[in-house]
Amino acid sequence: MNQTKVLLNIAKTHLLTKFRQTSTAALGVTFGIGAYITLVSFMTGLNKMLDDMILNQTPHVHIYNEIQPSEEQPIQRYETFKNAFNVVHTVKPKQNQNRIHDALPIIQKLNRDPNVLCALPQVRAQVFYVAGTIEMGGTITGIDIMKEVEYFNFADYIVEGNPVDLKNTDNGILLGIGIAEDMSLEIGDRVQVTSTSGTVFPLKIVGFFQSGLAEIDNARSYTTIKTAQKLVQGATNYITDINLKLRNISEAPAVAGSVERQFGLTAVDINEANAQFETGTTIRNLITYAVSITLLIVAGFGIYNILNMLIYEKMNDIAILKATGFSGGDVQLIFIMQALIIGIVGGILGLIIGIGLAHLIDGIPFETEALPTVSTYPVNHNPWFYAIGITFAIISTFLAGYLPSRRAKRMDPVKIIRGQ
Amino acid sequence: MEKVLEARHINKHFRKPVEFHVLKDINLEVRKGEFVTVMGKSGCGKSTLLYILSTMDTEYDGELWLNNKLISGLHADRLSHIRNKYLGFVFQFHYLLSEFTVLENVMLPAKKLGERPIEQIREDAMQKLDVLEIGHLAEKRANRISGGEKQRVAIARALINDPVLLMGDEPTGNLDSQNAENVFRIFRNLSQEQGLSLLVVTHDDDFAQKTDRIIRMEDGYILDKG
Repeated sequence: MNQTKVLLNIAKTHLLTKFRQTSTAALGVTFGIGAYITLVSFMTGLNKMLDDMILNQTPHVHIYNEIQPSEEQPIQRYETFKNAFNVVHTVKPKQNQNRIHDALPIIQKLNRDPNVLCALPQVRAQVFYVAGTIEMGGTITGIDIMKEVEYFNFADYIVEGNPVDLKNTDNGILLGIGIAEDMSLEIGDRVQVTSTSGTVFPLKIVGFFQSGLAEIDNARSYTTIKTAQKLVQGATNYITDINLKLRNISEAPAVAGSVERQFGLTAVDINEANAQFETGTTIRNLITYAVSITLLIVAGFGIYNILNMLIYEKMNDIAILKATGFSGGDVQLIFIMQALIIGIVGGILGLIIGIGLAHLIDGIPFETEALPTVSTYPVNHNPWFYAIGITFAIISTFLAGYLPSRRAKRMDPVKIIRGQ
Repeated sequence: MEKVLEARHINKHFRKPVEFHVLKDINLEVRKGEFVTVMGKSGCGKSTLLYILSTMDTEYDGELWLNNKLISGLHADRLSHIRNKYLGFVFQFHYLLSEFTVLENVMLPAKKLGERPIEQIREDAMQKLDVLEIGHLAEKRANRISGGEKQRVAIARALINDPVLLMGDEPTGNLDSQNAENVFRIFRNLSQEQGLSLLVVTHDDDFAQKTDRIIRMEDGYILDKG
């Protein structure tokens, strides 16, 4: 409305004549918002990278057959000793097979479950890698490589070679980079693998992978399911593990529970496996927000201070505006507008600086052994942060302006005019 | 002649620092086109009365009538509107907004009223300035002109919405005799030529003697309604 324009004009003129104070206040907001956006983008980028490192490699639910003693010892079934106190010494694990019984129908059934994005079979085997006279213990895992690439971003961890090569090469192997370095192996070389039953297989190296976790890189390698089954002399239904990727990660505990009940297998969900990880993420987020909010509160006090001074200086103006027919609300609006102008200008500048810094950080090289997929610092450019930043700038400056503006609203013009 | 402003049984107490009865049963009226001055010693309550009549001070007992309408007890925003539309003020101090130009200062109350288009307001403001012989200062910043000029700008601002009553609290108090004479002449013209009512509180006896009527106050009472 026209009258709002009149008030805005007054607000603008006040701010422009006090340009230095105004820009100091706006700079406070700029730094607050800039720091918030930079911090949040960087921290969440880092969090996301660490999360991905775990989430991509870890199935949401991991199903396997755990070697464990029987829950029920034979004596407990014996009617005669039903009410007796039975002590069994040296309980041994139940004679059991490593493989999951009836794995293929289970996989088919799981794939039909609406919660499950995909169920991938794996064949794990204990092996020795042999090169000359050196033997190194480790595990080899038979996988459906193309599905692993599709659902678990497996390609990110292959540092040399191509995932398709594993699929297309008979008796191919994708070796952990640690093993490869220890044994000085290159792509195209052959590595002898000895299974627990003693059979020796020469496997052709098609590539190397690096997960970032040294324990894994020094011991694990991947091959096709078929090759792994040959290694353990198992049939085509020999499957030791099933990994599930779910549509919604929060369903993991429920799905794991139902698999355990239904099939009598051990199912570990991702929350159980990585509980401490979640805590780390939460605390990092907490620190980020605490620092940013502190910065904005400091900026808010700056604005509060400057508006208070401005109102004190402009007491005569306030008095005459009120005397000539501007209401208390009009006068209040003038000062709230000033706070908001400072907030919006400062906030937008902060947004630009924040986005700029975030992109700058995004471009800084960051190479580390542990993270093969990362070449620059991870930054999460989420537009939500920009929206939150500018909203917070406006809200905090509004609050900082509101209190002084109420003083201006209540100011009695008679007292000021008669006080002269 | 019709009454522009009428006060009935106005009483006012100051509560702080001590209980004090400043205005005691004040009854007065200002008629259309009348030029009235209020005189009295310092502390007799004449300024307090003026601010009650101006609607800025609302803490009093009694009734205030403007254009035969009761305006005491109205909401503050409503009173703001009344001041804006019907009343003009000139104080001892000019109270111009120093960052704005003379013209903008004069236009401000009319922009607030918002009843005329902006071009019209500008034209009216220029006309008021010309009448007060300060048209050439229109584009100057308000803090760059002399004291006498400032007071004339303040008068132009008071007149921009064509009020029915112009109130002055010692409008010549800060001016030298020549400028004071100028201001008086302007007031006189306004009342004679445009039928504007004026109510001016003053110490200046010469000034008061030349007006239509002098209300004398003492110790919160009206001694003489002139």
